[in-house]
Amino acid sequence: MLVIDNLEAGIDGKTILDGLSLTVNAGEVHAIMGPNGAGKSTLSYVLAGRAGYVVTGGSVTFMGEDLLALEPHARAAAGVFLGLQYPVEIPGVSNLMFLRTALNAQRVLRSEKEASGAEFMKLAKAAAEELGLPYEMLKRSVNQGFSGGEKKRNEMVQMAVLEPRLAVLDETDSGLDIDALRVVSDGINRMRSPERATLLITHYQRLLDYVVPDYVHVLVAGRIVRTGGPELAHTLERDGYVSMAA
Amino acid sequence: MTALPTRKLEDWRYSDIAAVARAWPVAAEVVHVAAGEAVTRMIVQDAAPGSATIRHFDVVIEAGARLDFHVINSGGAYGRVALDVSLHDGAVFTLGGIIVAAGEQVLEIVTTVRHLGPGAVSKQVIRCVAGGTATATYLGKVAVARAGQQTDAAQSFKALLLDRGATANAKPELEIFADDVKCAHGATVGELDRNALFYLESRGIPPVAAQALLTRAFLSDALVSIADDGAREAAEVRVTAMLEAVK
Repeated sequence: MLVIDNLEAGIDGKTILDGLSLTVNAGEVHAIMGPNGAGKSTLSYVLAGRAGYVVTGGSVTFMGEDLLALEPHARAAAGVFLGLQYPVEIPGVSNLMFLRTALNAQRVLRSEKEASGAEFMKLAKAAAEELGLPYEMLKRSVNQGFSGGEKKRNEMVQMAVLEPRLAVLDETDSGLDIDALRVVSDGINRMRSPERATLLITHYQRLLDYVVPDYVHVLVAGRIVRTGGPELAHTLERDGYVSMAA
Repeated sequence: MTALPTRKLEDWRYSDIAAVARAWPVAAEVVHVAAGEAVTRMIVQDAAPGSATIRHFDVVIEAGARLDFHVINSGGAYGRVALDVSLHDGAVFTLGGIIVAAGEQVLEIVTTVRHLGPGAVSKQVIRCVAGGTATATYLGKVAVARAGQQTDAAQSFKALLLDRGATANAKPELEIFADDVKCAHGATVGELDRNALFYLESRGIPPVAAQALLTRAFLSDALVSIADDGAREAAEVRVTAMLEAVK
């Protein structure tokens, strides 16, 4: 599904990803762990196409297509979802309006039929209920006045409604208490299917107790230095990243 | 108002005087809100391209009365909506003003709000979007008379510049002769929030639609004070259509 080959990218002329290669197949969950500054967030922004991040080498293929040639909104329509570490507040735009506009924009781009008001409401209500976000909150401005946990739940609600093929979740576990972590993990697990894949970007092993990955990769200085199974996360937790750098 | 103003006058320093001359002289329109009454007014300045329009309102709000005034200023080469408002004891005045300026338009909202009696309230919320080499101006003067104790006056101005050549001018001015008053004012000029734009795009909303959504949300601050849902939605539809023309 996703093939990253020898990717080099950076921002402001500084190279951050330095020859990163990674293949994610449908049905798999991959975790990328690494110390601060290793390039974890850069990887997620490069995949989503954020302005300012410049790719200087390598390639990214998604469903056989050159992902880097697509604009950010076209990547979303192709099925890439980025769960942000710090979801943005948007005063004056309600969550419902935002989500419906996004869903239908994606459908238009895919030449699918747009969701009617009733169809959309049903999807949004079901997602909010499952993820423990009061439906009333979806009527409020996007993320405005939401706690850290509520913002992350809201990201999961968006993901549930938009049904991406590939979810790239950047530190979705940061700032969550145990209960919220469980709910968010359920949200991720619920999306697991043979047709979908997930890339979890995280600092800590804690999330991986709830969402058990198929593969764990260690990212240091812009490239993957080690790959293993779920047990690798425990090794990291015990020995730290320093042991991997060698 | 007989002599043609010049740019030496503070209230006209950003105006297009050649265009002003075409609209001159101006007959003031009178709005009188009797004691205890509540009135709403909506002014849409959507004159034909190239034209010059000046509307001047002399407003008196008697004791305990309320006026909710909304202005959408978007038409012509030059468009000016000026309000001279006198508030008596406990009167309430709210102004929601929107300027949508494109091309070489010069659009202005100019207010003088006089708190003549005690306990009067004035709230002004002005939101502007300017593109091209357009100029959007808000000059807001609040004058509190000696008798205007417990005045509560607020002015909020925010402008969004869509292009490098666009200009926004904001000048709140306070003249206070009472000692127990609250007069708040704030002004910001900026661009669309890049983080918010990326967030919308990352969810599948194309850039142009994302910008339109954020711009509409920005302007809607000035319309929230329209109590009637139908009237507010109608105003939002008008503003949306005007924004289409800016792009």
